[in-house]
Amino acid sequence: MNKKGPLYALFLSLVLLLPGCSSLAVLNPKGPAARTLSDTIILSILVMMGVLAVVYILYVFVLVKYRAKKSNEGYIPEHEEGNKVLEAIWIIIPIIIVAFLSVVTVKSTHAVENVAEQYKDQDPLVIYASSSNWKWHFSYPEEGIETVNYVNIPVHRAVEFRLYSFGTITSFWIPQLAGQKYAMSDMLTELNLSADTVGSYMGRNSNFSGKGFAHMEFEALVMTGDEYNEWVQDVKANEPELTEDEFKGLLAAEHLGRKTYSSTHLTFSPPPGDHSEHMSGDGSEMNMENGNEDHQDNKDIHPSPEPSSQTEFDGEPNPELEEPLPSFPADESTHEGH
Amino acid sequence: MDLEKFKVHGEPLIYGAMISIALATIGIIVGLTYFKKWGYLWREWLTTVDHKRIGVMYIIAALLMLFRGGVDALMMRLQTAAPEMKFLDAQHYNEVFTTHGLIMILFMAMPFIIGLMNVIIPLQIGARDVAFPRLNAISFWLFFMGAMLLNISFVVGGSPDAGWSAYFPLASIEFSPTVGNNYYSLALQISGIGTLMTGVNFIVTILKMRAPGMTLMKMPMFTWSVLITNIIIVFAFPVLTVALALMMFDRLFGSQFFTMANGGMDMLWANLFWVWGHPEVYIVILPAFGIYSEIIATFSKKNLYGYTSMVFSMVIISLLSFLVWAHHFYTMGQGVMVNSFFSITTMAIAVPTGVKIFNWLFTLRKGRISFTTPMLYTLAFIPIFTIGGVTGVMLAMASADYQYHNTMFLVAHFHYVLIPGAVFAVIAGFHYWFPKVFGFRLNDRIGKHAFWWIAISFNVTFFPMFFLGLMGMTRRMYTYSEESGFGPLNMLSFAGALGLAIGFVILVYNIYWSTRYAPRDTNGDPWDGRTLEWATHSPIPAYNFAVIPKVNSRDPYWESKQKNTPLYEDKITKIHLPNNTGKPFILGVIFFFLGFFLVFSMWIPAIVAGVGIIIMLAVMSFERDHGFYISAEEVAATEKKLRGETV
Repeated sequence: MNKKGPLYALFLSLVLLLPGCSSLAVLNPKGPAARTLSDTIILSILVMMGVLAVVYILYVFVLVKYRAKKSNEGYIPEHEEGNKVLEAIWIIIPIIIVAFLSVVTVKSTHAVENVAEQYKDQDPLVIYASSSNWKWHFSYPEEGIETVNYVNIPVHRAVEFRLYSFGTITSFWIPQLAGQKYAMSDMLTELNLSADTVGSYMGRNSNFSGKGFAHMEFEALVMTGDEYNEWVQDVKANEPELTEDEFKGLLAAEHLGRKTYSSTHLTFSPPPGDHSEHMSGDGSEMNMENGNEDHQDNKDIHPSPEPSSQTEFDGEPNPELEEPLPSFPADESTHEGH
Repeated sequence: MDLEKFKVHGEPLIYGAMISIALATIGIIVGLTYFKKWGYLWREWLTTVDHKRIGVMYIIAALLMLFRGGVDALMMRLQTAAPEMKFLDAQHYNEVFTTHGLIMILFMAMPFIIGLMNVIIPLQIGARDVAFPRLNAISFWLFFMGAMLLNISFVVGGSPDAGWSAYFPLASIEFSPTVGNNYYSLALQISGIGTLMTGVNFIVTILKMRAPGMTLMKMPMFTWSVLITNIIIVFAFPVLTVALALMMFDRLFGSQFFTMANGGMDMLWANLFWVWGHPEVYIVILPAFGIYSEIIATFSKKNLYGYTSMVFSMVIISLLSFLVWAHHFYTMGQGVMVNSFFSITTMAIAVPTGVKIFNWLFTLRKGRISFTTPMLYTLAFIPIFTIGGVTGVMLAMASADYQYHNTMFLVAHFHYVLIPGAVFAVIAGFHYWFPKVFGFRLNDRIGKHAFWWIAISFNVTFFPMFFLGLMGMTRRMYTYSEESGFGPLNMLSFAGALGLAIGFVILVYNIYWSTRYAPRDTNGDPWDGRTLEWATHSPIPAYNFAVIPKVNSRDPYWESKQKNTPLYEDKITKIHLPNNTGKPFILGVIFFFLGFFLVFSMWIPAIVAGVGIIIMLAVMSFERDHGFYISAEEVAATEKKLRGETV
């Protein structure tokens, strides 16, 4: 009487998991954060397979052996109170498993909430990603450029996304590069990621946000450092500035194609403060010059000297000084990972 | 008055729904009139305070809602079966998945479980009714009217469309200007008040009305699970009540609790919702555990293994259920510390749940297992629910959840928990206790056909969703592109959904078939049961037990059958029972209108209805009704008749 469904399921999962990872975006990571998560997921699947195996073996054994049949007709099972030792075993072993997974969770959560180890010494590239209706705005304060519905980032570079929303709660997700995080109207959230393979990746809002939700996708294009610099220069030279009126139009639109501008909306429409500002009542606006503003904002999110910091993110300390763009790794030919 | 806002436009499906609702209503009215059943309906059902009849009404309502929620599910699966399907548009799809969630959780799973507990709990503890029979009727009618209010939203004004969790600011008047989310706040509020009163009623019933000798640690496991569940209800539902009230103020009266402007906080809604929402999951799962415990013990002919640890594991689950709510939004940016805390508390729930699984397996061990229909659902529950459980642990890991959150992986997980956990349990309980209420069993052969359709199709429907999630498909997408590659697995899932539908049709057919042809039980104990509900007749007399039984073990009826000791020692005396009353029904109807008028901001009628409610409450408070007595002779005569002896 064993159930065919779960057994089939187990089989299917083995078949699909091991060789077929490439179609499973989450298990086909292209950056350190997503790789940490993929490893965590596969580890947890293996542990859980073990748990399932124990339960299923016991289950099949009991059902086969103790089913009612002709030979045991009239058999009335004895009263059985329980067994302290056995019950202790199935309390203690799960506790050990949970403890192990807790350690894994805390470590991996800490890892993906911060800049990946190998990019720690870089000054991260800051990009504000904000959502409105069913589109994404990407503002590059340092470069002074802005895009809609696509984001270009250099490979092998720590990127710090600062997320917020002009409306409903959305969730910023590029499955092959990092896990998701909410973008909300009243608080700035932060997502660290980096890519180690050049390529185009699907990014989308994963949190239901109304009518146009299904189509709220964007392209995350990872390019070499040179290509990226070239693109930035090209945008600055050839694209129009983003005026306040133009931006109002963008916000009002439901869906948009790709757009590119040579200035950001942050100058006239500052992002919400992070939580520490709410708490201290210091709603200082950040509409100053681009470079300066980034610096200022970093201090808000990671106030290093004040012990009273209400910071939500226990991130690594950022370099205090604004530096020119950090140098990229000289080798740009790592198209297929390492 | 602007009639435009009552209308729902455009969709042939909605016109179809309108026509079928109208036809069904006309059919019911004509039928009742033709067969002259209005009086019967009023006297025996609408005014009843009998826990058994209220329970049956809960279950009928739940089955109707199961049909409605199931049709929603089929429409969703059809719409996503292939890329770029044009069956539903985005708005309609959003309404359908929102109502699917609301109906299945609040108007199917909960009332089904509350229905079973209404029928069974007083019997299991050897009582004649619940502690407050009239309150029980009010609970039912409030639940029922809340459910009806939500259901008419589909054709009058538009359904809620912001997901069953109705996250702000999406559910605010700014982003959801239709009346849909007004329905949400009022329908849930009305039925939620009913549920809260059920909670109070059953805690008092179980604590105060047990048969002599039944100490807490001698209570049947289902009774224990219901006690704990109702304690959770009493602690969790006030949070929902407050959250819904604030939502109503935001939407109807322009307050700014959760809005984007003036210091409103969308995150507050998410927290309040899940502080209720997570315990809510255990409100539907724990009684299911109780039902499975009863069925496993009965059909392996053994007492429950590790009774004490079973009780304690439920107590621990209920405590932990209030400490895990933030795992529904790890991605809100709380940071590593907070997420780690909630990860650990969430994973900790796996420990007591595992204890229960192993105790069930060891109850089966050395038993004599017979595979009846209720037992099949129970046995299918163990392996399927375990998949739901282990994926739950995977989701509990905050870091990994950054990749699962909002994806089909999550959808697969919670269906793997809720369908074997709650739906299989209520179906199993339905088959198991059906003969107690109606005096005949559902056909086993047809029942098994339905079971295999449902169990296999369930896995075909939901297992592919784990992979869809890992492929990057988010939930609540009404369509997707060809290139995404989501097509084939979604088609498989749709095929499974059709199989599930077939299974449920067979199940319903079984009720019809068995009503006509199944042989009638004579002794009230068709399964060789162990607990007190089997010690009385089927169908159950109005007073449940002619004499209150004396209890001195956990399986009193089993003991008395094995050792041939008498369960009843006292003589038959006159029995006191409460009078029927139509006031709970009338109160419910007024609440329905109050809700309806508020949904459409029709203030004057709403005030009139509100005053009506206050008057009703005052009338009911000052009413003196001492019930009535059934004389000892009449009880004795009824008992004889039920035993099949001629009077």
